[in-house]
Amino acid sequence: MIEHFLVGLALLLGLLGGYLIASSRWRGKRSERPEEVHQILLPFTGTEISRRALDAALRLARAEGATLMPAYLAAVPKQLPLECAIPAEAERAMPMLEAIEQRANTQGVPVDARIERGRSYRHALQRLLEREEFDRVVVSATATGQAGLSGDDLVWLLEKAPAEVLILRPAASDERRVTA
Amino acid sequence: MERGHYKIFLGMAAGVGKTYRMLQEGHAEAGAGRDVAIGYLEPHKRQETSDQARGLETIPRRSVDYRDVAVEEMDLLAVLARRPDLALIDELAHTNPPGLEHEKRYEDIADVLAAGIDVFSTINVQHLESLNDRVAELTGVTVRETVPDSALGIADEVVLIDLTPEALIARLRAGKIYPGENIQAALDNFFRIENLAALREVSLRQVAEDVESKRLTLHRVEPVGTREERVVTDAPKAVGERLLALVRPRPSSQRLVRRAWRSAQRLGTDLDLLWVKPPGRPIEGEEERQVTALRQLASVLGATLLIEEHDDLVAGAARVIAERGSTYVMVGESSPPRGLARLRTPLPQALMRATPPGVDVRIVAHRAQKEDGS
Repeated sequence: MIEHFLVGLALLLGLLGGYLIASSRWRGKRSERPEEVHQILLPFTGTEISRRALDAALRLARAEGATLMPAYLAAVPKQLPLECAIPAEAERAMPMLEAIEQRANTQGVPVDARIERGRSYRHALQRLLEREEFDRVVVSATATGQAGLSGDDLVWLLEKAPAEVLILRPAASDERRVTA
Repeated sequence: MERGHYKIFLGMAAGVGKTYRMLQEGHAEAGAGRDVAIGYLEPHKRQETSDQARGLETIPRRSVDYRDVAVEEMDLLAVLARRPDLALIDELAHTNPPGLEHEKRYEDIADVLAAGIDVFSTINVQHLESLNDRVAELTGVTVRETVPDSALGIADEVVLIDLTPEALIARLRAGKIYPGENIQAALDNFFRIENLAALREVSLRQVAEDVESKRLTLHRVEPVGTREERVVTDAPKAVGERLLALVRPRPSSQRLVRRAWRSAQRLGTDLDLLWVKPPGRPIEGEEERQVTALRQLASVLGATLLIEEHDDLVAGAARVIAERGSTYVMVGESSPPRGLARLRTPLPQALMRATPPGVDVRIVAHRAQKEDGS
């Protein structure tokens, strides 16, 4: 009788111990999650991005334990609905996002990519800033010009972005790019 | 009266040689002894086209006053009265000015066909209604003169006049498409190599789809029981793929979505994204943010995000797969199972068992794991 009781007690204690270990592991996993979402935005247009800007964003993300959010900005022609599907733009964005994700993975930086639509690149950026929260925005000044964000867009970004903005201007000789 | 035979010459842009080829074939028909007449020709001041029209009878045009300007249009009644065996009618997407029998030229053509006259006509791919938005997105140019896709669908034959973008630009530079003063503007706007490459792809796809749909129509037979006949009847079902990607509201799902979308593009099929959500649990916080991101991505790609509440992932997914008629399911690679989870059937196998026969399941590897393994 006592033997049965002891075996039963041992089983009960074993189950209780197992439950406690499992629940503490689960709590541990939960506590690993950051209280705030730390995100670094890396907006870009077109099919290449300055490698210096990407590396800077990755270094920051790694140092701060932040997530890198590369965002392909797409300008939707006025005659189309803003929320329409943009397969041609997606076709350009996808390989770039893959290339960035691959580089981020080698450095152990988590990536949460976006493709954002707007009537202009600035409008797309504005919509993204309204929707998401960022601690930093990293932009390459070499990505500006006719094909991407203009000087005015960068001034606008400095004034309006509710985050620290880093505008990188690589040396003229630095032509390293990340392309798909 | 038997309807006339209808052949359309389709091109990716002006200048590929649709009208020229139509006239060439018109000459060949005339040479074979048929009565051929030009119902309407728009040579666009291109010498080669005008030269090619020589020797073919042209039915006189009809002059119509439109906004105090006399414009020359196809004379539908004259074509019907002349009654050739074959009428060559250029630019089927053209909009007629008020006062003519029909608003659009393809409606005039329908009358000519109904009168038992064969018709050859021409159109550029951007004029097709269903492709208009896609072309506008690709090129930034919106075409106002559109025709319903059925205007192409009723053709007995669609001939693609294909030219590489480089060759077309060479023709443009040589002044064979537009007069000299317009060449640079055309090169800077519509006639860019990336625009033309995209339009070429759209045209090729359009003709491939047309061939496919006609093939399926031709092969449709009533199932009467023999195996051979059933195989033919089942052929259309086998061709129609539908892709579904099983996602979770996490950044890691994006790679799966990208892969699935690329596969869907290659197969020319629709893409569904499915998240099987545990019932009763509200979507909030980080999960809500990720669901919004997935929804945005689906919208950008033209995919459909489905959220199915079910306490069993496999049963929930199988229900949607059957309902949507998915033929191809893509899942992300799972983390290695621990503890009692080792005893569970892996998700791909469980899906294979739970879904109807013929559904393929593909696993997309994590990029980091793949690299580690290499």
